[in-house]
Amino acid sequence: MTEEDTRAAVLESLQEVAPEADLDGLDPDESFRDQIEFDSIDYLNFVLIMERKLGLKVPELDYPRLASLSGAVVYLETKIIGAGKAP
Amino acid sequence: MKLPTLIRKAPHGKERDGNMPDYDEARRSFTWERARAELDVPDGTGLNIAYEALDRHLHGPAAGRVAIRYLGRKGEKQDFTYRDLTALTNRFANVLSGLGVGKGDRVFSLCGRVPALYISALGTLKRGAVYCPLFSSFGPEPIQTRMIIGAARVLVTTAALYRRKIAPIRKDLPCLEHVLIVGEERLPADSGCHSFDDLLANANDRFRIPDTDPEDMALLHFTSGTTGKPKAAVHVHAAVIAHHITGRLALDFHPGDVFWCTADPGWVTGTSYGIIAPLTNATTMIVDEGGFDAERWYRVLQDENVTVWYTSPTVIRMLMRAGADLPRSFDLSRIRFAASVGEPLNPEAVTWGDKTLGFPFHDNWWQTETGGIMIANYASLDIKPGSMGKPLPGIEAAIVRRRDGGGIEILSSSGIEGELALKTGWPSMFRNYLGEEERYRTCFAGDWYLSGDIVKRDDDGYFWFVSRADDVIKSAGHLIGPFEVESALMEHPSVAEAAVIGLPDPIAKEVVKAYVSLRKGQQPSEALRRELMAHARQRLGPTIAPREIAFERKIPKTRSGKIMRRLLKARELGLAEGDVSMLEEED
Repeated sequence: MTEEDTRAAVLESLQEVAPEADLDGLDPDESFRDQIEFDSIDYLNFVLIMERKLGLKVPELDYPRLASLSGAVVYLETKIIGAGKAP
Repeated sequence: MKLPTLIRKAPHGKERDGNMPDYDEARRSFTWERARAELDVPDGTGLNIAYEALDRHLHGPAAGRVAIRYLGRKGEKQDFTYRDLTALTNRFANVLSGLGVGKGDRVFSLCGRVPALYISALGTLKRGAVYCPLFSSFGPEPIQTRMIIGAARVLVTTAALYRRKIAPIRKDLPCLEHVLIVGEERLPADSGCHSFDDLLANANDRFRIPDTDPEDMALLHFTSGTTGKPKAAVHVHAAVIAHHITGRLALDFHPGDVFWCTADPGWVTGTSYGIIAPLTNATTMIVDEGGFDAERWYRVLQDENVTVWYTSPTVIRMLMRAGADLPRSFDLSRIRFAASVGEPLNPEAVTWGDKTLGFPFHDNWWQTETGGIMIANYASLDIKPGSMGKPLPGIEAAIVRRRDGGGIEILSSSGIEGELALKTGWPSMFRNYLGEEERYRTCFAGDWYLSGDIVKRDDDGYFWFVSRADDVIKSAGHLIGPFEVESALMEHPSVAEAAVIGLPDPIAKEVVKAYVSLRKGQQPSEALRRELMAHARQRLGPTIAPREIAFERKIPKTRSGKIMRRLLKARELGLAEGDVSMLEEED
């Protein structure tokens, strides 16, 4: 799985929860919640969808690290490599 | 695991040193006159909530105490003493006078937990105007509906929220004259907006609160029923008597406590216990702008030395998800009392607090209409996990059944389910639904207020929530009216009909699920499902929009055309469908 795939999985998960959000204009370094309408239940659903898509488990403590697009990609890449799922 | 049925309070422990060491004795001796006498009412000038919250403390030991400690989103911290907050709210009252806003005029807020919100709320009350908070996560439709019903004349908001949610609907808000924008950004002069900060900086910090009749309208809080538009519950200045005394008895406030209410300021808890009661009781309030984050929240509890904490079942269940190890790395020993409100707290959550955090959560029950806590678990009373607790001193609660053709029957035996009713006459009882006298009247039978909640009472006098009598949905502490959601869905050109129910959810208690039937020629598809989700979220905002949408060939209705939401729910949960004799025939 490439970094591009991970990014696509994050964006697809966001879109599933908030299909109205314009993700093209998303600032990758800013928190999602400051840019799109997203409440705490949305955030939880977003993490659960991503876990399912990528087949991994994100400990609750790490949730804040998924708050922005760049943060989420970096974090998930590390997880994927750690889990030995990288090519 | 078997849960304990009772969490005992030590006979001589710290709990017994609370404001109400003996519940039964407190009930016997309580009168509302004595509760009112705890407030210092200036001779002949009536009763004003903001005076009781702020100015009253200026000549006492609390004058220099921190009233609000604001923790900003970016880590900034700012303290406001009672003296500071008095001066700032005086300024805001003068700002309103300068704009020609006076007694009875409605001032709305649409913003997060920032100091300007508290200054606006209390400054509005000083001016004699009426304060109405809105959820900042509402979409433009619920905002517009509420601002029209409430005849909003002034709105306090931020530039970002204004652009996203108000500018597109401003032409449809004929009563709205002044928009005050909080923060550094200045909108162009032709936007019809003023800078909140500039107006405040240029206003005088002295203000004489006009004589206020205790029955003058003070607050508007919106709530929802199964059908019809949202209702604006009217509260008056006398409500402060109940805010103050319930803060003392149900939340065990002592002067100098550090209190954190995590409720959103957009709903009634965020005002009654997020602004008024903690200030009348001279506590220091923590105002945390950021959203939920388990680790950060434990840190706030520890670093700010929080002594009394009022939160919600959804938050507690999210903390439970985060595990038992996390809180062990924090010192939470300063917390003397923790309470929960929003929806019934499951017994596991009460017990989890006791075992894992070192303190149990005390669930309590009240509604927008009651204005303050009515039934509670108290510091000094043993907790039965899962129970709402017992009625406050001064509150008479009964279980009733509505008779066909009017009137009620009081069910006095324990264990019987019926509707929770409260004897009228407590000061924070709502006085009307604005402009809807008839809807208001249907909430009462004789001198009983009918809550719409089905409960039972056990042999020891503890009340237990059973269900709602109507179809409103409780999701993460929000009360959602299905009609408002259904109406928004039906505005989509592909939708013929819509029905909305609450599905049980392990975290939020319920989540909104919608069923839609499509117009002729429209086919169900994943793309259309997403389009409808987007449509609803754009109009309603994430908090009340459905989290799930399913297509139905036909929405089940009675022959008279009423949507059978209960049938949909029973089908969804695999339960017996009950009496379907009223169901409209399939065509």
